[in-house]
Formats: sequence, structure tokens, C-alpha cells
Amino acid sequence: MLLATTLVERGVFIIAGAICVLGALGVVVLSNPVHNALSLVATLFGVAVIFVSQQAYFLAVIQVIVYAGAIVVLFLFVIMLLGVDKSEGLGRERRIWVRPAAGVIGAGITVLVLVGALVGTSEVTGTHSSLGKLDPNHDISTIGKALFTRYVYAFEITSVLLTIAVIGAVMLSRKPIGGAIDLEELPPAPADEWDDDFDEFEDGEFDDSGRDDSNRDTDDATEVAGA
Amino acid sequence: MSQTAYLVLGAVIFSIGAVGLLIRRNPLVMFMCVELMLNAVNITFVSFSKSLNDVGGQVVVFFVMVVAAAEVVVGLAIIMAIMRRRQGASADDLTMLRG
Repeated sequence: MLLATTLVERGVFIIAGAICVLGALGVVVLSNPVHNALSLVATLFGVAVIFVSQQAYFLAVIQVIVYAGAIVVLFLFVIMLLGVDKSEGLGRERRIWVRPAAGVIGAGITVLVLVGALVGTSEVTGTHSSLGKLDPNHDISTIGKALFTRYVYAFEITSVLLTIAVIGAVMLSRKPIGGAIDLEELPPAPADEWDDDFDEFEDGEFDDSGRDDSNRDTDDATEVAGA
Repeated sequence: MSQTAYLVLGAVIFSIGAVGLLIRRNPLVMFMCVELMLNAVNITFVSFSKSLNDVGGQVVVFFVMVVAAAEVVVGLAIIMAIMRRRQGASADDLTMLRG
């Protein structure tokens, strides 16, 4: 029984970890931003599975809802809105030292953590359960208690942060007021064509006008009949 | 699984995100790489929370998610404001702060 659970746990970890790493590589390597965003979704789902395998069920749920449901949709929305879905993958780099430096940094981080994790002692030092014990069956209430007692100031500051983010997003996405916009770059306004159409409509040159009148007559007739 | 495996996975994803942030020039993809790095850190936090049997790590992951959401909202608004002025700008073209 114990062996079976260990095998299942290991299998879940291997599959979810492979999905995570492949998705992360897809984010970096693929050239179409839409494909990048979809690879990011794969990684986020893999991370959610990892959370579940570590009995952090509430975090797995909000991982799927917030990240895959909101953030990636926001990414896709901006990609669609800007029309930047043309391929511009790992093209030519202007400074020749950037790629080797990036490789050195990535390999350095990996090697450092691998050495720290594999060579050092495998025991975690630190105070156990200082804030509260984990309870996978009552996950939300445990996190909620910690959130509203010990971390209540951080929670309030988070609400201020979200308000600032909303106001900032609205301010940034508004059109600039006054002289900040270059009027010569704007296309000519199509207001004249609209005015012409409106005049035609008022003059009754459309074919629909007669039909509307007949409908109105029949409506009046039925109302009179009903009365 | 031992905690080491989760830490190694987090390190690998963090490295991929860091390298992607350095070598990609599309601002949207750079933001996605930042999200990758944040998720790698979240894996590490949850792993330590499990092995210490402490709920603090999960609370921190909760805050990281909130900050990531706020950061994405403001960052995408900035990218939209930039892209509206010049179409298809890469991060190399944004030299407006250069004196």
C-alpha cells in the first residue's frame, strides 16, 4: 500500500513536472505570442497539479482560477487587441554578449540550487508550525485564520495595492488629454459620411420607411379593435 | 516525493524564466517569463510549507498571486500605451529614459 502510494505520487510528480518544464520552454522558445500564452497555461496547470500533490488544495484552485482564468486571458486579450501575433521569435540579438550571459546566469542559478538541495542536508531547519498547522481537510479556514490575524495588515495593504492597480490601469489606458496627442498622425475623421447618411434617413429615401408606416397602421388598428 | 525534487523543479522553472526574460525582446513574452519565475517561487514556498507543516508559506503564496495579478494589470496597460504610440515595439526600442 505504501509502495503503491509512493509510486503514484512519483508518477504524478514526474508527469506534472514534465508538463511544467515543457510549457516553460515553450514560453521561451516559441515565436508566436499566442503559442507562448498557451504554453504558459500548460505550465500553470502543471503547477496547480504540484500544489494538489502537496495538499495545498485551496492554492491549486485559485491558481487555476486566477492565473489560467484571468491572467492568461488578459494576456491573450492584449495580444488580440494589439495585433502583435506576428512571429518574432529568437531573432537576431543586437548585443552579442546577451545570449551567453543569459545562458551563464540560467546555468548558474540551476547549479547553485542543485548543489544546495542535493549536497546539503536534506532536513529542513526552522520552527515547525509557528503560524499554524496545516490541515488539508480545512484548508481555507486555516489560511483564512492566518490571513486575518497575523497577516491582517498585509491583507489591508493588498487591498490598497489592488485599488491602486485598477486606478493606474484606467489612467494608463485612457487617451491622452490635450496636446499630448499628435493631431497630424490621426486619420481624418469620418464624421462627414455619417452626416450624409443621417440626412438621407431623415428625408425618407430608404425603402424601409413605407413598411414601418404600414406596420404602425396595423398596430393602431388592432389596438382600436381590442378597445 | 521528497522536498528536494520540488525544489529542483522550482529551480529549473525559475532558470528557464530568467533566461527567457533576458533573451526575449517582446514585452508580452517577457511578462510571461516573469510569471514563470513567480510560479517557480510559489512551488518552493508550498514545498517548504509542507515540510515545515506551517501555513505561513501558503499565505505568502496567496499574497504573491495577488501581487502578480496587480502587476500584470498595470504592466499590460503600460505595454498597451507603448504599443499604441509605436506599433510592434520591442524592449530594445524603449530608450525614452536615456538622457
